[in-house]
Amino acid sequence: MSASCRLNAGGRIDRSRPLRFTFDRKVYEGFAGDTLASALLANGVHLVGRSFKYHRPRGIVAAGSDEPNALIAVGSDVRFTPNLRATQVELYDGLVAQSQNHWPSLGFDFGAVNDVFSPLFPAGFYYKTFMWPKSAWKRLYEPKIRAMAGLGRAPTLPDPDNYAQRHAHCDALIIGAGPAGIAAALAAEAHGARVILCDEQAELGGSLLAERKATIDAKSAPSWLADAVAKLSRSAKVRWLSRTTAFGSFPHNMIGLVERLTDHLAAPAEGRPRERLWQVRAKEVVLATGALERPLVFPDNDRPGIMLADAARQYLLRYAVKPGSRAVVAAAHDEAYRAAIELAAESVEIVAIVDIREDASGPWADRARAAGLPVLSATTICGTRGRHRVSSVEIAPCRPDGKVGARSRLDCDVVLMCGGFTPTIHLFSQARGKLRFSEKLNAFLPDGGAEGIRCAGACRGISGLDAVVADGVAAGEAAARDAVGGRIEAVHAPVPLSEDEDGGRLEPLPHHRSPHRVKAFVDFQNDVTAKDVKLAVREGFRSIEHIKRYTTTGMATDQGKTSNMNALGIAASALDKPVPAVGLTTFRMPYTPVTFGAFAGSARGNLFDPVRVTATHDWASAKGAVFEDVGQWKRARYFPLKGEDMHGAVARECQAVRQSVGIFDGSTLGKIEIVGPDAAEFMNRIYVNPWNKLEPGRCRYGVMLREDGSILDDGVVGRLASDRFHVTTTTGGAAQVLNHMEDFLQTEWSGLDCWLTSATEQWAVIAVQGPDSRKVLERLVDDIDLSSAAMPHMSVREGHICGVPTRLFRVSFTGELGFEINVPADFGRAIWEAVFDAGFSRAITPYGTEAMHVMRAEKGYIIVGQDTDGTVTPDDVGLSWAIGKAKMDFVGKRSLTRPAMTDPDRKQLVGLLPEDPELVLEEGAQIIAELPADAKPKSKDAPIGQKMIGHVTSSYFSAALDRGIALAMVAGGRRRMGETLFVPMPQGVIKVVVTNPVFLDPEGKRLDA
Amino acid sequence: MLLIDCPFCGKRPELEFRYGGEAHLARPADPADLGDKAWGQFLYGRSNPRGVHAERWRHVHGCGRFFNALRDTTNDRFAATYKIGEERPAIPEAEGAASA
Ligand SMILES: [Zn+2]
Repeated sequence: MSASCRLNAGGRIDRSRPLRFTFDRKVYEGFAGDTLASALLANGVHLVGRSFKYHRPRGIVAAGSDEPNALIAVGSDVRFTPNLRATQVELYDGLVAQSQNHWPSLGFDFGAVNDVFSPLFPAGFYYKTFMWPKSAWKRLYEPKIRAMAGLGRAPTLPDPDNYAQRHAHCDALIIGAGPAGIAAALAAEAHGARVILCDEQAELGGSLLAERKATIDAKSAPSWLADAVAKLSRSAKVRWLSRTTAFGSFPHNMIGLVERLTDHLAAPAEGRPRERLWQVRAKEVVLATGALERPLVFPDNDRPGIMLADAARQYLLRYAVKPGSRAVVAAAHDEAYRAAIELAAESVEIVAIVDIREDASGPWADRARAAGLPVLSATTICGTRGRHRVSSVEIAPCRPDGKVGARSRLDCDVVLMCGGFTPTIHLFSQARGKLRFSEKLNAFLPDGGAEGIRCAGACRGISGLDAVVADGVAAGEAAARDAVGGRIEAVHAPVPLSEDEDGGRLEPLPHHRSPHRVKAFVDFQNDVTAKDVKLAVREGFRSIEHIKRYTTTGMATDQGKTSNMNALGIAASALDKPVPAVGLTTFRMPYTPVTFGAFAGSARGNLFDPVRVTATHDWASAKGAVFEDVGQWKRARYFPLKGEDMHGAVARECQAVRQSVGIFDGSTLGKIEIVGPDAAEFMNRIYVNPWNKLEPGRCRYGVMLREDGSILDDGVVGRLASDRFHVTTTTGGAAQVLNHMEDFLQTEWSGLDCWLTSATEQWAVIAVQGPDSRKVLERLVDDIDLSSAAMPHMSVREGHICGVPTRLFRVSFTGELGFEINVPADFGRAIWEAVFDAGFSRAITPYGTEAMHVMRAEKGYIIVGQDTDGTVTPDDVGLSWAIGKAKMDFVGKRSLTRPAMTDPDRKQLVGLLPEDPELVLEEGAQIIAELPADAKPKSKDAPIGQKMIGHVTSSYFSAALDRGIALAMVAGGRRRMGETLFVPMPQGVIKVVVTNPVFLDPEGKRLDA
Repeated sequence: MLLIDCPFCGKRPELEFRYGGEAHLARPADPADLGDKAWGQFLYGRSNPRGVHAERWRHVHGCGRFFNALRDTTNDRFAATYKIGEERPAIPEAEGAASA
């Protein structure tokens, strides 16, 4: 393949390093230093993709990250990446690239019928068409739309790469390493600042990479750049990062950078991170982000071969690529002339410079004419031709009132357009900087308001290389002064905006054709035309934010870099309002798409969220336990024997506890030690219960409320000494409870002398429950009398088990005689195994959380967060008895007397027995009081017109009772004992009888078995 | 990410902190003395200003201490942080003016 469009000399490519790559399976050659876009253009390839909606053939428009069209997929298998901008993909040997969004091929695409039928797809098409019936959305419209729409193809395999993350601090972060950014970095460094300089491109230099004749400080631009980079590289105070995009600006001058480390390499070293996310906290930020060239809006302005003029100049000078051989240049800004002159110098035929402006004059027009280039003033473009590449344009003279004269045709193979420049103020605006609209520049410019962020060069509307460099120097000095200290005097002032700035054009070019029959594209990536924007205004949309959403302009992956200002200009003129009155859509991060991998970093798989395991985790694992996640904890849910299902295992585990003895790991319970002279007083205030009379060595079930009177948490509390309490909380509530306690202790009762210490991780908790539990423990404990007389239910003793210090609780969450052994967590596994061995002769059975849930439900013990939901008072769940009636105050007490809290129709905890004992209700199921007249609703979706009076909170099959049981919250539930209620389910209505929530052993005899 | 100046530890990233709602809402000494309306106001009434807001934060992944802060709700700028029990500092006009 001959690189027919490549110049023999010049550019920054390395001709000694040819590279082979494939595009749509065809092999091409390029050079080191090429992007995929420049290499394709060097091979004469302009057609690189199909558009999103109309599947129109599309080519390369830009030369940088603003490229809207040339989205391609790179790589294969596990390293397949869709939707990369060809203009940012660096070429390497063996690169495999594919075009997107077509079937069966790029040249012949079936979806292009959308273009023919495009009158059927106006702005807001989806909103207007797919409205009815609702059910068709899920089954019909959405799958079809999803199949047709979308760009690229998502990778299907797990990402094999790893992603690094780093935090950094600096005095001055300079974003953009064009002339302004480099000048700023040099100046800031010279004044003692620690500098980070970043740029999204592979090479530092920005626009300087496409300069050959310009000079800076009496040096040629390339040698000034080389010297500057060498100087920055030598400095210990400067870190410069290429291939690094500043994608977002966050509060307090934190800037997110993403550095691409391996995507440009043919064979990256194994294990090297693919990308690195930087979170840079900068004292001062200098934005030197440049400006983006705007396309012109004219009929069929989207054919391959129609590109931005300055982009064409960059391809020519940086990559030594001629984008075509016969060029029509469409100008609304002088920069187009510069491109035309440079291209003509490399023997590209300039067919004409078609300038929409009435009088094409000034130094650039003069230079073009002097070079013999034909310049046509007051001329518009009415259309273009060419199927896969532009072949001609239709031009016509045009009066200021928009009247278009006689048309003529110019043959060409490339059209270069320049509508003006839009300063890149994304990061400034994200940082909530203020913007003002410059009529002269047709652009929004930064206007203060972003603390610690200043702009330099083209992104604040400065043009001309000398001015841009001077502005960079001033910004770098000022940033160093503000960041490093007062001794530095900034010697240069920011460059004032010039009076004769060239603002280009925001209006579409006039033409003679029916506006309904042409497509003049505004947003190439989302296929939005000028007509769509005008239609949105005609249909009543006034706000640019609404017009954006209705037409989808600016909502593609490029976020409208090339299109937003044109869309705004068209909307403003259709609304007959000045541009600033229509406003600007919000800039949001990321500036260019960032991979999920970069954000996730190492937080993947097991590192996504910390996994907490108890001391017996490995033991349970080896026994074949099935685990469940409870918060971050892994808890053994049940221990199935060979061939046993969950139902069988749970029934067996429950039976063992009820008949002999079971062993359960309760280590995940939250534990807080409350110590100090005022510990009891603190307890009195934070819990509903009274604590003064609780003797050391005794326990109490404690209930804690929020100030609004709803139950926050519960748990057993042991008093170890008059000034020491061992508090337990629910597994999920531990952190929240400690925060709640600290809140009151630190902010309301700072005079109380006591200390709160989390001890959750310090104590392993082994529950030994069942009629044989005492007999098992007696063999292991010798310094604690376990007899009922010496150690009654709800007591705690300190002593030793197998020689290990323990806090031994006699408590029960199962309704059986039971103990909870607390030992230092490091001994947890050893003591667990000792208990297990000691219980072997009594067939001690490990049980999991599921059996624990069933047994506590049989006893009507609530689980906070399952049976309660943040609106439930102690009385609602039958816990009024716990409240210390004599106490003047405790957190939540006052709220309990508010009228709504004492309403007799509040939902109350009850038991439910399904009429069919085999049946287990669904947790969360709704409860109604009356059977509907027509028990079967008319249709599946129709409401049955019954008032919900409650819901099922817990439901299990109880092996002990040989039937399904449930706990439920039911309005006025305690008045309804014995009533039949109904639970409507899709399969039919279930009858249930309301009962006391204590299903088993209501007298509590088994506790003292 | 916000930088928050813990009065005990210094500037730390937002991730280390937990928001604690409006500051300077003292719990009534004797809640039983309050009528339902006044108690309801204490529970739920909040100033929710557009501008400088006195609020509580806890350095939960640091020293564990609660403290108060003045933050401008329009731009998240912290004008001051101070210890529980200290008076709300007066902030210079220029900083408070951002809320106007
Ligand atoms: Zn702290």
